Amino acid sequence: MSRDSRDSRGARAWRWVPLTPATLLLLLFLAGPIGYCVWIAFTDTQLTGASGSHFVGLDNFRRAFADEDFRNAVWLTLVFTVVSAVLGQNTLGLALAGLMRAASRPVRTLTGALVITAWVLPEIVAAFLLYAFFRREGTLNAVLDWLHLPSQNWLFTLPILAVSFANVWRGTAFSMLIYSAALAEVPRDVTEAAEVDGAGGVRRLRYITLPMIRRSIGTTLMLNTLSTLSVFGLIWAMTRGGPGNRSQTLPVFMYDQAFLKSLIGYGTAVALLLLLVGSLFSVVYLRLLKVEV
Amino acid sequence: MRGSLRGRARGPVHRRTKARLAADAALLLTAAGFALPLLWLVLASVNADADLRVRLPGSVTAEHFDAVLTDEITFTPMLNSLLLCGGATVVTVVCAALAAYPLSRYRSRFNRPFLLTILFTTCLPITAVMVPVYGLFVQVELIDTMHGTALFLATSQLPFAIWLMKNFMDGVPLVLEEAAWTDGASMTQTLTRVVLPLMGPGVTVVMIYTFIMLWGNFFVPFMLLLSPEQLPASVSVFTLFGNYGSVVYGQLAAFSILYSLPVLVLYVLIARRLGGGFTLGGSVKG
Repeated sequence: MSRDSRDSRGARAWRWVPLTPATLLLLLFLAGPIGYCVWIAFTDTQLTGASGSHFVGLDNFRRAFADEDFRNAVWLTLVFTVVSAVLGQNTLGLALAGLMRAASRPVRTLTGALVITAWVLPEIVAAFLLYAFFRREGTLNAVLDWLHLPSQNWLFTLPILAVSFANVWRGTAFSMLIYSAALAEVPRDVTEAAEVDGAGGVRRLRYITLPMIRRSIGTTLMLNTLSTLSVFGLIWAMTRGGPGNRSQTLPVFMYDQAFLKSLIGYGTAVALLLLLVGSLFSVVYLRLLKVEV
Repeated sequence: MRGSLRGRARGPVHRRTKARLAADAALLLTAAGFALPLLWLVLASVNADADLRVRLPGSVTAEHFDAVLTDEITFTPMLNSLLLCGGATVVTVVCAALAAYPLSRYRSRFNRPFLLTILFTTCLPITAVMVPVYGLFVQVELIDTMHGTALFLATSQLPFAIWLMKNFMDGVPLVLEEAAWTDGASMTQTLTRVVLPLMGPGVTVVMIYTFIMLWGNFFVPFMLLLSPEQLPASVSVFTLFGNYGSVVYGQLAAFSILYSLPVLVLYVLIARRLGGGFTLGGSVKG
């Protein structure tokens, strides 16, 4: 760049001034809280009684791992993530993207529009819709009755599956869009050559399509997992983590401990663990992407 | 090649038609699954005696919409949402545009670490940060203030907005800018008069996308705003839904439609540009 040679050192420093507002906001409202989070997680801060805030070391973490409710939340988060993000959003998104390539245009447009509408709707509206869907007197049981299948009170008997399904309903569009883009880039002549050679649908998928879009699969899995890890509103509005604690994933558990039970220190320790898991996934994701910036 | 195959034997063609029918059937079945909850929303909002089931209304009515179109239920929360999300969107877009400029135009050894940090931050579960944010907001007395909440909302969207903005800006050629530089234009002038107008569609996408994400955000205002008269629609609909002993389902459906409409319309406006290639602003390309 010719400008570089002409400009003085001072002018060159000025160039980075536009970065300051964004950096300042990120430091104040994101890095700040995360730092604060690290500190608070090692104290016994409570909402009531502002005086009592002492450094307690690893107590909160020890307590967490000994706490049956915490382990329950970890387990439910695992179920929720695997069922809704890995199996649900990811597989259904891939299936939809694949089917759309074979389907006729009106069906493709209709399905795409519906799936994307579910994605664009505000979280709380989605929660409300699926609450209505799963309630004892809701639509799902009406459909099951009509098919002469046994109905039940889903939000009571299988709350974690109900919220997982809700997350699939809401989040599949993202995977569908990524996979549609990825499949569009798989060269047609390669699959066609395989078809001529007599490779059936399953084998074409297994040996050609999946390997060619493997990076998109990695990305989608990672982003689905990360967004599912932080789902709160959907679960809170549908079940409040209940009945009992049977749909209490980590974010709900964190909220419950920090605000309803006023144990800010303990709740923050849980938040910190959640952040650590998230960071771990993010780092893997960045490695996977090998981003060029 | 396909053409000649088609000409020689009916086999592949026939198979293709069957495959299309099977795909259509499978998609329609899935589409029905996705449609049922949405159908409930639409039908219940006009059904005089709506309950939780999808069914055709015995008598169609506008009374639910009438009932919720009051200051208390619709207008104040929607105005709050508009102020909160509009304000946050402006902050996000301005900061992102400013930040993207040097990142896109100048080379430095800080670029890569900065952008990697930004990308890393995009992935962090913001939900986990809410407890310490609440604690900090109480201490610096930003709790229950619209501007404090708007600033946090803006920051939460900022990493992704910078990332998108930088990618759009990379697409604007340097030539015209260099001409402006030679004519003695300052950096601010170059940015506002040359670069931003050229990437108008890109800025619009970032703006609308940010707004959509913020409009639907529930947890942040749920935590940081306390007084009922300041609550945005995302939280007020929850209060309505959660606290009424016997919910008037028709009214809730009607309000949900009113609340969702702006983002649905905005999404349609940018769908073509975000559409198929929308994958973290191009960062996910195979």
